[in-house]
Amino acid sequence: MAKEQDKILQKYTGNEYKYGWVTDVESDTLPKGLNEDIIRAISKKKNEPEFLLDFRLKAYRHWKEMKMPEWAHLKIPEIDYQDMVYYSAPKQKAGPKSIDDVDPELKKTFDRLGIPIDEQKRLAGVAVDAVMDSSSVKTTFKEKLAELGIIFCSFSEAVQNHPDLVREYMGSVVPYTDNYFAALNSAVFSDGSFVYIPKGVRTPMELSTYFRINAANTGQFERTLIVAEDDSYVSYLEGCTAPIRDENQLHAAIVEIVAKNNAHVKYSTVQNWYPGDKEGKGGIYNFVTKRGKAQGNHSKISWTQVETGSSITWKYPSVILMGDNSVGEFYSVAVTNNHQQADTGTKMIHIGKNTKSTIVSKGISAGYSNNSYRGLVKITKNAENARNFSQCDSMLMGDRCGAHTFPYIETENRSAIVEHEATTSKIGDDQIFYCNQRGINEEDAIGLIVNGYAKEVINKLPMEFAVEAQTLLQISLEGSVG
Amino acid sequence: MLTIKNLHVSIEDKQILKGINLEVQKGEIHAIMGPNGSGKSTLASVLAGRNLFNITEGEIIYEGKNLLEMAPEERAREGIFLGFQYPVEIPGVSMMNFLKTAVNEQRKHRGLEPMKSSDFLKMMREKKDLVEIDSNLTNRSVNEGFSGGEKKRNEIFQMAMLDPRLSILDETDSGLDIDALKIVAHGVNKLKSSENATIVITHYQRLLNYIIPDRVHVLYDGQIVKSGNKDLAIELEDKGYDWLRKETQAG
Repeated sequence: MAKEQDKILQKYTGNEYKYGWVTDVESDTLPKGLNEDIIRAISKKKNEPEFLLDFRLKAYRHWKEMKMPEWAHLKIPEIDYQDMVYYSAPKQKAGPKSIDDVDPELKKTFDRLGIPIDEQKRLAGVAVDAVMDSSSVKTTFKEKLAELGIIFCSFSEAVQNHPDLVREYMGSVVPYTDNYFAALNSAVFSDGSFVYIPKGVRTPMELSTYFRINAANTGQFERTLIVAEDDSYVSYLEGCTAPIRDENQLHAAIVEIVAKNNAHVKYSTVQNWYPGDKEGKGGIYNFVTKRGKAQGNHSKISWTQVETGSSITWKYPSVILMGDNSVGEFYSVAVTNNHQQADTGTKMIHIGKNTKSTIVSKGISAGYSNNSYRGLVKITKNAENARNFSQCDSMLMGDRCGAHTFPYIETENRSAIVEHEATTSKIGDDQIFYCNQRGINEEDAIGLIVNGYAKEVINKLPMEFAVEAQTLLQISLEGSVG
Repeated sequence: MLTIKNLHVSIEDKQILKGINLEVQKGEIHAIMGPNGSGKSTLASVLAGRNLFNITEGEIIYEGKNLLEMAPEERAREGIFLGFQYPVEIPGVSMMNFLKTAVNEQRKHRGLEPMKSSDFLKMMREKKDLVEIDSNLTNRSVNEGFSGGEKKRNEIFQMAMLDPRLSILDETDSGLDIDALKIVAHGVNKLKSSENATIVITHYQRLLNYIIPDRVHVLYDGQIVKSGNKDLAIELEDKGYDWLRKETQAG
């Protein structure tokens, strides 16, 4: 039987990462290394106001005093922070206003990624901020959204045009002191997206950001900030890819969400950074801090993530349930194959009364990979009638991978009801054979089984992306049956 | 339709089938009986193409083709159906989606277009009525949380949907109460035609009260030691497998 597994494994591991090419484009790049001069240079390039430079420098000084966290179930090779470029932007005219100003090479790049930034070609239902390396290339449908008072632009533009909003909210959910990677990001972040939904406005289309790493030896440090005023709604999606390279590249991002009274923010991620090759060489280190503050009464923040890429993932999209009757949700599918490692989960911090959180985590491990769920449900003293339901499922493919669950529950209020369910399953030869015997080949059988397992989460994605996510799951796992 | 010649099969150096010969014509129902460990389920698995075994000798010809060269999914598309002894659960995959995929694979193999959703639903309804299956089974995930009896009935329902030429039912009667047994037998009888054939593998004679076989074979220690008509099953029930053991040893 072992022989048979090997054969199947071999048959499919030839699958190539589809997005592994590089765009040949002239870049404006700062020298390698991290110090206060580099930070000042980034700030200067972006023509930032004084407060932002101060923020960066404070973060940097704080970061220097910190140590890399070691509590995750991950083996992270030492990272030389001086051997990395912190700013590299494709050269183009400052702040392109029309599609004709965008370098055709960049246009082609995003076309090839299936994310055309030309509004004429774009699905009518989605607005995109396209970010390559350290800067935003183009934001679509900006004018149309502006008619409703919605601000959707790159972070750099927000700094120029809406400095008061940036100043008020940046760091209000994830302070630069929060953790090692958050401090690093706060010091060197270069771009990202900014979303502001005014009171009572429902966003008429999906907003999305597409992150592309292109330059070599460059870290990507973007920041996203979403502010949803009272009674507003936004559904936001991010996607990401990177070229195939033998060196590891660091991606350390921050996402902050603020939801006021009755506001609902739905944030979905399809993460497909280059995962490294089948021997574990190369790939992106994806160390991300994502947190939402459900500040208003009856506010709601939902995270949905489909994680298939990156060689190492460290991320815990969380919700602070401050408002009374606020709701936090986390739906996750995390796939690891070959030598990938993931330590991912969520934190639900219940503070307001009658708050409710739901956690559904589906891990899939294959090859030699390690996949951990880590979650905290915290019910603070005054959080009367808090409810949490957590379900953590793990699926194993083959016998060389690992699945781990680290659920933490801290309850300081006796009225809380916290439920936790966990299962572990295996894609068995017998399941595959059952499908084969009904005329379904192995590839399609894996697709069926994995998508069945992940259905609860996939169903939470916006329709346009659910199909893509299904295909991605199947591709990431082909050949990992055992 | 099916010819098995001198089939020898082993698993990890242990010889399980030791020279099986069997000839099945279309329109026939064959019963294969035998004690536990005689190799009945191995034979079923080998016919369906399960990859756990070494075929050390012999051949299987199905509809003029060398069956042993065909992948399991190919055999299925060519009309071989295995009713599993232990049907597998596939959580989150609806019966509807599963069967639609299966039916369309078969159609593709025959050069036909995928079935329209409305036609597929209609076919589901008809087949459900034909084999008298509760309609809620098909709204659930494949075998998930099904009782033993429901799983077996679901196998018969899938058999009806896929309309196979050769069905192999591996101990489909095991673990069934008498009502469920009747439903399963009724399904098999309904689906019988002059164009298809069925191999019923069973430990007990009682299923053969409801499915009347044309031929009965007794598998013992990896060989077919006796073949006969339906009366052989009754004789076997009376005298037990010990009778055969003695007879085989004497012979």
